[in-house]
Amino acid sequence: MTVDTEQIYTKDYIEQFSKDRNEPEWMKTLRLEALEQSATLEMPKPDKTSIVRWNFSRFKHDYVQGESIESLEHLPEEIKDFFDPENLPENLLIQRNNSIAYASLSNELKEKGVIFTDIFTALQEHEDLVKKYYMKDAVSVDEHRLTALHAALMNGGIFVYVPKNVEVKTPLQVVFWQEDPTIAYFNHVIVVAESNSSVNYVENYISNNEDETVANIVTEVFAHDNARITFGAVDNFATGTTIYTNRRGVAHRDATINWSIGQMNDGNTIFENITELVGDNSLCHANTVTVGRGKQIQNITAKTIHWGRNAEGYILQHGVMKDSASNVFNGIGKIENGASGSNAEQTSRVLMLSEKARGDANPILLIEEDDVMAGHAASVGRVDPLQLYYLMSRGITKQEAEKLIIHGFLEPVVSQLPLESVKKQLKQVIERKIN
Amino acid sequence: MAGSTLEIKDLHVSVEGNEILKGVNLTIKGGEFHAIMGPNGTGKSTLASAIMGHPSYEVTKGSILLDGEEVLDMEVDERARAGLFLAMQYPSEISGVTTSDFLRSSINAIRGEGNEIPLMKFIKEMDQKLDALEIDKNMAQRYLNEGFSGGEKKRNEILQMSLLKPKIAILDEIDSGLDIDALKIVSDAINDMRSEEFGTLIITHYQRLLNYIKPDYVHVMMQGRVVKSGGPELAKRLEEEGYEWLKDELGIKDETVGQEA
Repeated sequence: MTVDTEQIYTKDYIEQFSKDRNEPEWMKTLRLEALEQSATLEMPKPDKTSIVRWNFSRFKHDYVQGESIESLEHLPEEIKDFFDPENLPENLLIQRNNSIAYASLSNELKEKGVIFTDIFTALQEHEDLVKKYYMKDAVSVDEHRLTALHAALMNGGIFVYVPKNVEVKTPLQVVFWQEDPTIAYFNHVIVVAESNSSVNYVENYISNNEDETVANIVTEVFAHDNARITFGAVDNFATGTTIYTNRRGVAHRDATINWSIGQMNDGNTIFENITELVGDNSLCHANTVTVGRGKQIQNITAKTIHWGRNAEGYILQHGVMKDSASNVFNGIGKIENGASGSNAEQTSRVLMLSEKARGDANPILLIEEDDVMAGHAASVGRVDPLQLYYLMSRGITKQEAEKLIIHGFLEPVVSQLPLESVKKQLKQVIERKIN
Repeated sequence: MAGSTLEIKDLHVSVEGNEILKGVNLTIKGGEFHAIMGPNGTGKSTLASAIMGHPSYEVTKGSILLDGEEVLDMEVDERARAGLFLAMQYPSEISGVTTSDFLRSSINAIRGEGNEIPLMKFIKEMDQKLDALEIDKNMAQRYLNEGFSGGEKKRNEILQMSLLKPKIAILDEIDSGLDIDALKIVSDAINDMRSEEFGTLIITHYQRLLNYIKPDYVHVMMQGRVVKSGGPELAKRLEEEGYEWLKDELGIKDETVGQEA
């Protein structure tokens, strides 16, 4: 069933959609209010990129059920490469289109009270927990038109909850497989780590469509006192998809959030990754790599906001642009009044592989406190001809030499991904994109 | 099989419009060790860079033949695959690429598709050469030349030569920045290469390297040309008497490029 956008922006459609999911009343109300707000709120204005002509309105919105996957021994061809057959994940969710096709969580983690399920099931089984975190303290509904639309039209996602003192040693892996090439993804992911807990979470987006559609994704990550979250992601939406991805973290006292993100989309992308360092001694590493190709336009923002004392935020962004792709890296370190002893460091680098490729690195430091440290490094350039000469002088072809230099350039972020199979897969995606 | 022959004929090279080499003639054969000496700024390193195909050096005239094939028509990587090697004075640092991955890529590029070195064999050979050059094994896992000391970079160049086994190697001031112990180790590795299949051109302005590596031929460069050639006794005399006698003999006032005789 295809529904055009005129129809989905109606109260009736949303009410029905919420009813079909059997959602609690507050969720329905949140959706309807968001819909109303979306009519008047403005679009976001990413620094140095105009998104006026981007498609955020033409898409099919629906809840498309995906066929179940009975066992990992018989994975569909399209997603086989994403797993290491020798080392199949213990804790895995596969969202196929909008529904869960495969779910496993070790008994040990279940017994310890770890929740690892899709967002709709979580709304049924853990309503209070979802309500506590859903678009409250991290991302707000009314930030701009896209967050409001997200709230109104949310149609998939994951809920992760790690109780106090529980250490999740084996990573939790999620694969979002957009099998139906026309569906729009309005996924909402929430990861909560209670005090003294720790978790590694890794997600992959897979799509192969050329059709025009939209991904509007919001992720909210909460690390309570002394908790530690490693969040890895490889986003891989195809050319036809216009992507808005908002991943936001809140780190409390002594908590750590480490992001390792591979932005490997082929469609136009706005990505913002903001971490609120609210607690004293909180720490965040925000690492992103991207490869742009074709006519793709990307605007990538990493921001750390320091509220707590001795809060440390480190941003590292590396991008490779080929063809006539363009990319803006915004790096923002914001230190609020009272966040004494804080440190905000950032590095953004863009490597351009062709005459028409464009790159921009835009470092911003906003500091309201005296006793702090802050620094930035930014560079936009081309492959160094002397590096090429050196590698070629050892017999390596120009093409291979360029590849080595590019992989090397992206390595500092790739190497940080918390799962070997995902690391390998990201390397393959990079390889495919730069060839 | 006899070794290869590198013939440099009337080579003229410019950098940014300035002519640095003004007609160099030199022939290096397999089994021969040649040394080029001469004060700074006389074109020795330019010769090395031009042979390998450095992008900033423009050959305006002349020819470089490897076994009769025109090297100047080859891309840099083709020159390497044809059997040329240059140990560079200032090797590039490549972030994110481990020395070991780079070495394996190079060896496989030289060996050619379908003839790749088996992984275990590669590791064994690399370990052997690392030991011979007294290089810490950690270096293989470090990013190529990144944060290497001057001495480590030089040893890494010789490590590459030992593993790639070129037909003709040009060593550009491989001795500069090495202490005496390192110099001996590096010299041993170069001497180990000596065979009918291997010829080398050693560029240096210190005679001390030639105490450890015995050249068959010694050439002196001044003003962008080879002005004198001889045997090891020439190096000896240069060490004892300097370059003045030679300049007098040739009627040269300033030996650097850009000054007229």
